[in-house]
Amino acid sequence: MKKLMRMAVATALVAAGTAAQAGNLTIESWRVDDRDLWEDVLIPAFQAKHPNINVRFVPTSPTEYDSSLNARLQAGTAGDLITCRPFDVSLNLFMQGRLADVTRLPAMDNFADFAKSAWSTDDGQRQFCMPMASVIHGFLYNKEIFAELGIEAPKTEAEFFAVLDRIKDGSRYTPLALGTNDQWEANQIVFTSIGAPYWGGEQGRQALLAGEARFLDDEFVNAFGQMARWGEYMGRGYQAQTYGDSQNLFALGRAAIYPSGSWDIGYFNQQADFEFGAFPPPIPTGADRCVISDHTDIGMGINSASPNKAEAELFLTWLASAEFADLFTNEVTGFFSLANHAVDVRDPVAAEMIGWRQDCDSTIRLNAQIMNRGNPNMEQELWVVGSQVLNGQMTPEDAARRIHTGFASWYQPR
Amino acid sequence: MVTDAQRRFPWHIIFFLGPAVLIYTVFSAWPLLDTLRLSLFTETGPGTRAFYGVGNFITLLTDPNWSVPFWNALWNNTKFFLIHMLVQNPIGLLLAALISLRGLRGAKVYRTLIFLPTLLSVVIIGFIWQLILSPLWGVSEGLLEAIGLGHLFDAWLGNESSALITLALISVWQFVGIPLMLIYASLIAVPDELIEAAVVEGASAWRIFWQIKLPLILPTMGLVTILTFVGNFNAFELIYAVKGALAGPNFSTDILGTFFYRTFFGYQSQIGSATMGATVASMMFFVILCGVAAYFFVIQRRLQRYEM
Repeated sequence: MKKLMRMAVATALVAAGTAAQAGNLTIESWRVDDRDLWEDVLIPAFQAKHPNINVRFVPTSPTEYDSSLNARLQAGTAGDLITCRPFDVSLNLFMQGRLADVTRLPAMDNFADFAKSAWSTDDGQRQFCMPMASVIHGFLYNKEIFAELGIEAPKTEAEFFAVLDRIKDGSRYTPLALGTNDQWEANQIVFTSIGAPYWGGEQGRQALLAGEARFLDDEFVNAFGQMARWGEYMGRGYQAQTYGDSQNLFALGRAAIYPSGSWDIGYFNQQADFEFGAFPPPIPTGADRCVISDHTDIGMGINSASPNKAEAELFLTWLASAEFADLFTNEVTGFFSLANHAVDVRDPVAAEMIGWRQDCDSTIRLNAQIMNRGNPNMEQELWVVGSQVLNGQMTPEDAARRIHTGFASWYQPR
Repeated sequence: MVTDAQRRFPWHIIFFLGPAVLIYTVFSAWPLLDTLRLSLFTETGPGTRAFYGVGNFITLLTDPNWSVPFWNALWNNTKFFLIHMLVQNPIGLLLAALISLRGLRGAKVYRTLIFLPTLLSVVIIGFIWQLILSPLWGVSEGLLEAIGLGHLFDAWLGNESSALITLALISVWQFVGIPLMLIYASLIAVPDELIEAAVVEGASAWRIFWQIKLPLILPTMGLVTILTFVGNFNAFELIYAVKGALAGPNFSTDILGTFFYRTFFGYQSQIGSATMGATVASMMFFVILCGVAAYFFVIQRRLQRYEM
């Protein structure tokens, strides 16, 4: 009987051992769309250098990623490499000891401080994920429709509304492909992107954190003010239009302008059979410079409970290489490597968008750092409030007041 | 005199009850008790918990950040349930009465067709209806226009005033098969002699239904009510599939299930809290418990049962 038990235990151990065999790496990610790319391009490129390390890419859908990853980390079944959300979600994992400290990894020297900021502790001393890529927010437009109507990409807010009016009155196209069913677009695509030039990007964001500005100030109310004017250009029944609907509307050539971000370029390269271009958020009257939301979006960290830390570090070192920067930027169109290597962007629209970094000031999403920590959660509040403003159910002043009240209820300026 | 057989331990009872008790305990009773236990704790730091008594419940009911969404979800859930009671169950009863009519041709076909949506995944149902009702690609606008009612069309799923009602009606459409089947089964169990006697006495079909059949199937109606109540207050998938976990617009479709999901698992940058989630889950349990208890004490005891 004892012998039988011992055999059973031994078998169980062997079985457990094969699951976490040294030399195998599993990547956790929310980028379900990129699975083919990892399997066909990125992982083979890595294995060309490290043939004895097997890598598997195991994504979970974006809305479930954070919760299911949390559960797997607690249960000890998470993969070795963790794709990191920016700022507090990952910081929280690091504080719980789930992510390894990567500050001393030599490869981290390939990244500038602004890139590292999304995955650093508040004092900036320790890093827990390696920066991978950022996305740039802006407007995509259908060049054929613009040519047909004889209009050009607008630069200022006045020009922007003139263009919208021209499309609305002079054609059968929907001016703006945007809906409010899924709500997240109202903040992540609209408010934080078109608002950046109003509050002067980083300047306004830091002022909020320092307690020198409030959401009740004009620069924030006016950003909601522009959103309140969008409703009439968004097409019938936009309240029930999902993000997928908006994508289809633009891809089918039924809408002229698509407020979005660089991550959608790859999708339209496949789906749209017309030429499209991009323009940055219009400069509001009174402002002199364009500001873009250049959002540090993806990083990669190491599961602190991983039995394959050495291999994982090799992988991160490769992630910091010029080869990866080039592969990722050009294969995952619309995601821009955050490394210091000079990368030649081949896709014309992506190149156009990354070119804005020269002409415009850059900032990150307004509420991404620190502001989402409290209760009520500002990200959610902005989704709900922003959709209400787009729906015409809430005034810009009320929207700003609600965000201000929620933020002021828990935040003490530094 | 006591025989050996009488003295022997009744192993067969354990043998027959064992599997059910074991499975029920491991997968239902124990998780439920553990949830109730967890709701009495709070997170003091990353990964550590401390006993907190009923503190979480006080927070949930008094802190406006928690109580406003909680009461909103509970009220929405009540509306969701009332719509099912007022629409789904009467329609189920009507259809069951029609299908159980003697001499109805194709009764089996109708029965199967009406029950079919119940078997489909909620995600598919949500997706299909979202497409049907879509202002961009949906057929509903065209159908309404064909009968001259095009001006009534609106983005029903997107408006604060109509989104919850629309979702409730989608759910009714999907699940009407369940009351139909239960009521149908008890209707055909009504003995023929009773009906025949009534027919001989000259009772109309209308009178037979209201005065003979309905009283006989009242216990089944009670069962349907309880099933609807429990199902509705545990509902989650349809809202999540169509509106996402934020249950927009402006939380007008937020029910206890979606509120629990956001609290427990977190959503986007909202970080989930296991203890607060357990508190919400416990409140859901209490709401269902109260509803079921009220039903048993107030209604079930007054129902008269007839031998058939």
